[in-house]
Amino acid sequence: MLEQLLTDLTIFILAIFVGYEIISKVPVILHTPLMSGTNAIHGIVLVGAMLVAGMPEGPFVTALAFLAVVLGTINVVGGFLVTDRMLQMFAGKAQGAPRS
Amino acid sequence: MTLPHLPPNVVRAAYLVSSILFIVGIKRLSSPRSARQGNTMAAVGMLLALVVTLLDRSILSYGTIAAGIALGGVIGTIAARRVAMTAMPQMVALFNGSGGGAAAIVSSLEYLAFARAGSPVPPVAGVTILLGAWIGALSFTGSIVAFGKLQGLVTERAVTYPLQKPINLLLFLGILAVSIWLVMQGAPNPAVYAWFAAASLLFGILFVIPIGGGDMPVVISLLNSFTGLATAATGFSLHNYVLIISGTLVGASGTLLTYLMCKAMNRPITNVLFGAFGAAPKAGGPSAAAAGLAGKAVRDVSVEDAATMLAYARKVIIIPGYGLAVAQAQHGVRELADLLKSRGVDVKYAIHPVAGRMPGHMNVLLAEANVPYTELYDLDQINPEFDSADVALVIGANDVVNPAARSDTSSPIYGMPILDADKAKHVIIMKRSMKPGFAGIENELFYDPNAMMLFGDAKDSVMKLVQAVKTA
Repeated sequence: MLEQLLTDLTIFILAIFVGYEIISKVPVILHTPLMSGTNAIHGIVLVGAMLVAGMPEGPFVTALAFLAVVLGTINVVGGFLVTDRMLQMFAGKAQGAPRS
Repeated sequence: MTLPHLPPNVVRAAYLVSSILFIVGIKRLSSPRSARQGNTMAAVGMLLALVVTLLDRSILSYGTIAAGIALGGVIGTIAARRVAMTAMPQMVALFNGSGGGAAAIVSSLEYLAFARAGSPVPPVAGVTILLGAWIGALSFTGSIVAFGKLQGLVTERAVTYPLQKPINLLLFLGILAVSIWLVMQGAPNPAVYAWFAAASLLFGILFVIPIGGGDMPVVISLLNSFTGLATAATGFSLHNYVLIISGTLVGASGTLLTYLMCKAMNRPITNVLFGAFGAAPKAGGPSAAAAGLAGKAVRDVSVEDAATMLAYARKVIIIPGYGLAVAQAQHGVRELADLLKSRGVDVKYAIHPVAGRMPGHMNVLLAEANVPYTELYDLDQINPEFDSADVALVIGANDVVNPAARSDTSSPIYGMPILDADKAKHVIIMKRSMKPGFAGIENELFYDPNAMMLFGDAKDSVMKLVQAVKTA
């Protein structure tokens, strides 16, 4: 139990540092795509939703699990698509006049 | 229908690959050139994680999952395809809320699983379940309120009522007390848990309601971070590393953006969250600044005169604000800028970090209108240039150019770094009316001798300017 908690905590703490390091380098112009891209990534909770929805249970639990899968999928699909739409607008414009 | 099951170690290895794809994907978001690729990498990581989960040995029935993914996929796709770039902040808020809701449900179902098995909830599991449910529920209803405010379904103003803070504090302490009791109790108690969940949902609403629309960039960043943490908490209860890693990455990202937004406004986070900034102005005497401005008049400018000033300027700095997004004037602005550039005018855009309703909002809008991002300058880069600018063109921005932030210690925005538009030779301010901006305070820039007001809808005015510059 405790061993499992320590492993989980180790990963949690290291992920905080990794997250801080990679995100602090994102420039202001990309803050909206960053927000919406990371927003899509926390849709990973859909994995959790699938795990609870995959066990046959009573109607109440099934209904809630179904709702969780729907919400998680909206988060994932909507998040990635909308981010892609935004980034499409940024891509290919790198050839603009060099900043003087 | 049954699918073959993968051995647990294969699933875990695949989760590891997913985590790497997320990290590298976010890293690639740091440059406009590689950003799209980065997003695709993260999406591939997501797909991989979802596929191997489907083949996990603990998944015994597929009906619910298939139906849920089909419905959610259709809703998500339609929403993402249809949304206008100007409505991006509320869309992100909605997607964020969905994730929070999912996390809250997953945690709650974990709790119910203990209840069905009739086994006590170990303290560690209890804490992570309650944390995941609380933060997830808060993020769910909070995001919906934020969506409502941005979409104009709920008033943008900070909603305040008597005893608001004591009530919120009491609710928070109540939730905390019930959580501690549930963890200490050990034996699962679904009835009390239901009260806990309801209180958490209510708390999300009460938490965001007193925050004004202009502070939504901070709120959206913060709620994004909350959903990330709720996801990580879910990972703790399920002992799922990919959930912990990705949830935490998002938590860190949202926290960092929240911090940057607050810094850009020079207001501590507590002031943003609990300060009821932008509440309806209190009845009573006018503020000191407004009193000082009494008797002064603003100067109107005609479209023709404004166009002439722009056309014969050497250097023009455009300052976009939320009004540009509301009027959807971004394409017109680009047309105007192109026209000016073809006449040899040096055109630059000054982007305030909190202009708009989410971090980087103006950048996305201008990118949609094909403005090269090399023409966009942030506060520190552009401020020294206002001295040499002939015209500063303020389009739908207000508080971010208010000189009171520099000089008036009694002003609520005192100390916020602003764009020094008043230092330009002439300032043309495009506004719908003299209504104050989000902070609800007068802007003395409008009364400046160099300043001229061009009243009207931003898009309309910009199109008229384009026509007038053509003949200038």
